[in-house]
Amino acid sequence: MSIRKAVALISGGLDSMLAAKVILDQGVQVEGLNFYTGFCHSGHTSAIRSSQRNKEKRNDALWVAEQLGIKLHIIDSVEEYKDVLTNPQFGYGKNLNPCLDCKVFMVKKAKQWMDENGFDFIITGEVIGQRPKSQRKINMPLVSQRSGADDRLLRPLCAKNLPISLPEREGWVNREKLFDFKGRDRNPQFELAEQLGIESYAQPAGGCCVLTDENYSRKLADMWQNRGEKKYELDDIILLKVGRHLRPRPHFKMIIGRDEGENKFLEGYRKRFQHFRITSHTGPLILIEGKLLDDDLNFAARIAARFSAGRLADEVTVTLTSLQGETLQLQVNPLPVAEIQQGWYL
Amino acid sequence: MSYEVIDARGLLCPLPVIKAQNKAKQLQPGDTLEIICTDPGAQHDIPAWCRIHGHKVIEIQQDEESDDFSVIVEI
Ligand code: SF4
Repeated sequence: MSIRKAVALISGGLDSMLAAKVILDQGVQVEGLNFYTGFCHSGHTSAIRSSQRNKEKRNDALWVAEQLGIKLHIIDSVEEYKDVLTNPQFGYGKNLNPCLDCKVFMVKKAKQWMDENGFDFIITGEVIGQRPKSQRKINMPLVSQRSGADDRLLRPLCAKNLPISLPEREGWVNREKLFDFKGRDRNPQFELAEQLGIESYAQPAGGCCVLTDENYSRKLADMWQNRGEKKYELDDIILLKVGRHLRPRPHFKMIIGRDEGENKFLEGYRKRFQHFRITSHTGPLILIEGKLLDDDLNFAARIAARFSAGRLADEVTVTLTSLQGETLQLQVNPLPVAEIQQGWYL
Repeated sequence: MSYEVIDARGLLCPLPVIKAQNKAKQLQPGDTLEIICTDPGAQHDIPAWCRIHGHKVIEIQQDEESDDFSVIVEI
């Protein structure tokens, strides 16, 4: 019998790593697929903040593939994912995470990849009941059906709780050696990792992307609300990961670098935004999204000054650069901390 | 043996890797691919991608006047 080939969805987290490993150990040839949506945790976010400099800068999916000794193909899904996120048929989870639609989307793409590359089946690290919505038992068949993968979709970590799939029926994998994990308890996964000799793995809290993060989702919702439509470009959603975001007035938002790494990162975007620099003291680069009206100039400059080393000074010089590159110098008294409203923070 | 250059300046990881991967599909073993990048993450990600797929990083050249650097890979 020729060696069977499986394509594994690899998020970079533990579950998908275990699922791939279990199938590899059964003698199946496995290659990984990873989808880049722009919302992934790893990658550029670690390149942004200098406080994270010490952390290993790695792409978790590539790292997992290397640990497992499998090939990994990264699919640029930024454009196609827009429709998944802005128009999810099954709605959102607790935050703006469209997990069920997202799973259908990824498995569907994997099915397409499988067909084009002559692979036999698809594996994912899903566990029944682990996530409130997308991994409920009644939704598991939904992913296989809607994606078109049908019984060529195998979830090794909970296969024993599900109807038999084609790879099990055909004897390509041994069902007896698969698992029956369910629920939110992660101990079975940790134990399995230990058994399989997997010592280190990435463990993002909550989910495989930033959309499960409450703060991130709030900033995204604010952006959509202020634009009056649910649209975004890659740069928009990346900027939501960088800096403090304050909206002191409905018609403008300030993005304030928190450290050297973020300031450097924001520098790359400055030509596309009106921006403030603090000229008399050290301070962050501040991008303005929206439009500052003449009445707002002093007020916004005072906020900017508040985030500089001159926060307690009587007078701080702030330079505003327009989209056309014209500059305007403003001498302002930094806004007292008590006047910075908590509700401005996004 | 061909020598191909791709410009991944201004792109954030993993986009430089994706570009390299898509270009590599059109190349033959022994060909050289130079990826010009600005995201420091690419200095880790491209070598990791190479190790997985059996390509070889020949060198990483830092531009002296800018943040640009080139990762030169043998396919
Ligand atoms: S956490 Fe994010 S990447 Fe993971 S299934 Fe949900 S929406 Fe998709």
